[in-house]
Amino acid sequence: MSFPRGKTAIVGAATFGIGSAPGYSATELLAKASLAAIADAGLSVADIDGVFAIMPQDPFTAMSVPEYLGIRPKITETTRTGGSSFQIHAMWAALALEAGLCDAVLIAYGSNQRSAAGGLMTSGAAPFPYESVYKPRNPPSSYALAAARHMHDYGTTREHLAEVAVAARKWAQLNPDAFVRDPLSIEDVLGARMVSDPLTVRDCCLVTDGAAAVVMTRADRARDLPQPPAYLLGAASATWYKNISSAQDLTVTAATEAGERAYAQAGVKPSDIDVVEVYDAFTINTILFLEDLGFCPKGEGGRFVADGGIAPGGKLAVNTNGGGLSCVHPGMYGLFTMVEAVTQLRGAAGERQIAGAKLALAHGNGGTLSSQAVTIFGTGETL
Amino acid sequence: MHPDQDYAGFVTEGRFMLQRSRSSGRFVFYPRVAAPGTGETDLEWVEASGEGVVYSTTVVRNKPPTPDYNIALIDLAEGVRMMSRVVEMDPGAVTIGMRVKARIGEIDGVAAVVFTGAGA
Repeated sequence: MSFPRGKTAIVGAATFGIGSAPGYSATELLAKASLAAIADAGLSVADIDGVFAIMPQDPFTAMSVPEYLGIRPKITETTRTGGSSFQIHAMWAALALEAGLCDAVLIAYGSNQRSAAGGLMTSGAAPFPYESVYKPRNPPSSYALAAARHMHDYGTTREHLAEVAVAARKWAQLNPDAFVRDPLSIEDVLGARMVSDPLTVRDCCLVTDGAAAVVMTRADRARDLPQPPAYLLGAASATWYKNISSAQDLTVTAATEAGERAYAQAGVKPSDIDVVEVYDAFTINTILFLEDLGFCPKGEGGRFVADGGIAPGGKLAVNTNGGGLSCVHPGMYGLFTMVEAVTQLRGAAGERQIAGAKLALAHGNGGTLSSQAVTIFGTGETL
Repeated sequence: MHPDQDYAGFVTEGRFMLQRSRSSGRFVFYPRVAAPGTGETDLEWVEASGEGVVYSTTVVRNKPPTPDYNIALIDLAEGVRMMSRVVEMDPGAVTIGMRVKARIGEIDGVAAVVFTGAGA
């Protein structure tokens, strides 16, 4: 059996509380986004019979989220690979829908980490003693080690990294929902407070509140619903390690493998993709993933993003919502890449709309470059 | 063999030990109950050479008076990689490819394998 290309679609999508949402619990944020996504799909809560949801503070979302929404789901799924979880949820949702195990899946995430904790929340996982004794400032230090090695091997510069942050900010300036829209220059990034060399605080993602949700159904039903369906053409994941000290090559991630499989499922190649949403927890991420997903050769990512290469009007539309660097990053960002891909394919992205976008790639990264997952969505024309 | 407990015990005694498979000769780090990927359980503890090369490096920057410190990934001569700190030098002067030598140090009161520059 092959992946059910185009047999399922995202029919509803929403976000809630992007940026700062004081006074809300994570569950409340998740529920607000979920209800908005269900309404966007033209469905009611009672139609949902598959719940795929995670939150940072709750290991038992398979039970708590259905309870909160008043759903008795046939299927619950809580694959938890950090920020890539949601692409994996979409993959399993497609298979479950196609197998007839359920008819309407809600994929949802919510976090109030900015307002509740005033900073980064931990995953609750036990520390890994072979790293924790040395007190890396994680996650930045792990990504900094990857950045340093990429710079050493390929001549990538801090200016290249800064280009990624500046491009994200320029996209955010076109997105009224983005949390940070102030002007940002290369010099601002380079001169910002160093967190873990070579990454400054402006090379690091935001710490925000926020929730996102999507609803998936089979394609036959999707066509009868109010929104233009974003058909899921391919979805694949790969995991090579968890801790950065177990990475074999810090300049190559499992996104190479996940991307290859997702492209094969979708029957498309990187040059066919109109809109690229990669998980930019740090500026080095965008460079690594553009390489690993085939948009430029390995090692060329820095030069690819130079001179506004991925900014509005550049050679490739990347992270058009402003990304984790400037739009939203509530602990796990992966579902937001899917929501933005759907928004672009619907032609509903306003000032930041990529004209005629038919194919969008939404990528997720979990852990410290550890879990990589890729979804490819298309409009009806791509079926 | 209790890999985590044994390793920590060695370090506390001032020894840097690595696991090695008796049959394949392959070294294993971090310590495990079996060699990753192949599953050999014939692992024995042997003294590490302590020789290594910096694979990548960063500096954790702090607000004074808390000092900045180095975090590095070290490729050991035995063919395995570990996270550590390169100490006794400017943390920002540690470079990829630099030869380093292990010793048992202490980080905030906890014994740990750290590295110093081994010279050119």
